[in-house]
Amino acid sequence: MEIINKFQLTILSRSANEGFARSTVAAFASQLDPTLEEISDIKTAVSEAVTNCIVHGYQNEFGKIYISGEITSSGELRVKIRDKGCGIENIEKAMEPLFTTVGGERAGLGFAVMESFTDRIKVRSTVGKGTTVLLVKRIKPRFGSKNG
Amino acid sequence: MLTKTQVTGEVVTVYLKGELDHHTARRMREAIDAAVELNMPSLLVLDFSEVGFMDSSGIGLVMGRYRILSKTGAQLHIQGLSPAIYKIMRLAGMERLATLQSKA
Repeated sequence: MEIINKFQLTILSRSANEGFARSTVAAFASQLDPTLEEISDIKTAVSEAVTNCIVHGYQNEFGKIYISGEITSSGELRVKIRDKGCGIENIEKAMEPLFTTVGGERAGLGFAVMESFTDRIKVRSTVGKGTTVLLVKRIKPRFGSKNG
Repeated sequence: MLTKTQVTGEVVTVYLKGELDHHTARRMREAIDAAVELNMPSLLVLDFSEVGFMDSSGIGLVMGRYRILSKTGAQLHIQGLSPAIYKIMRLAGMERLATLQSKA
């Protein structure tokens, strides 16, 4: 499978950047001629992953969030969102719906939403080193669309 | 302004505006809670007609308001939901806490 386009973006883990990150990824994905629903799914999944970096990865500190995206010749969007924060001790537990370590008003649904709004997600994490989330979304080809 | 409040008898309606994420949720939450504390409604209506985006931060906001309202037995109604926001509300099972209504 050939990679036909890619981007890289580094942002500071400020909550004001959540909207910027999801809109940037959505703008990149628009080359695949997605439907409004597909764009909305991508924005939501990216927003969850970036918020996780801010709330869980870096907690009360500021660090960098590394976002990269690729579009493949088969119409797949792959977005990698990485932080160098505290990492996740138990990924399986963290991915359980309603599980959250921060309390307050976090619903604990971040990973459940990411799973539900993409075709595939992969999480890799090392305690003390950080977390990488890969989101994969297949954009269905539409009549007359140009994925080039 | 991210919110606008309307009080009619025992019904408080809060109109939310903009994008609801972790960044904006706090200000929206504070405005809703202030309106509830001041008016002690029997029904709180949250209007999402002008919310263009919501992630699971919005679910946290709804769950938190439900907890506050349930202390006094008040009800929660959520209206003006776009298809995308309705999808997240349903995914999180919010129909068990509130009545949900899509955008007309």
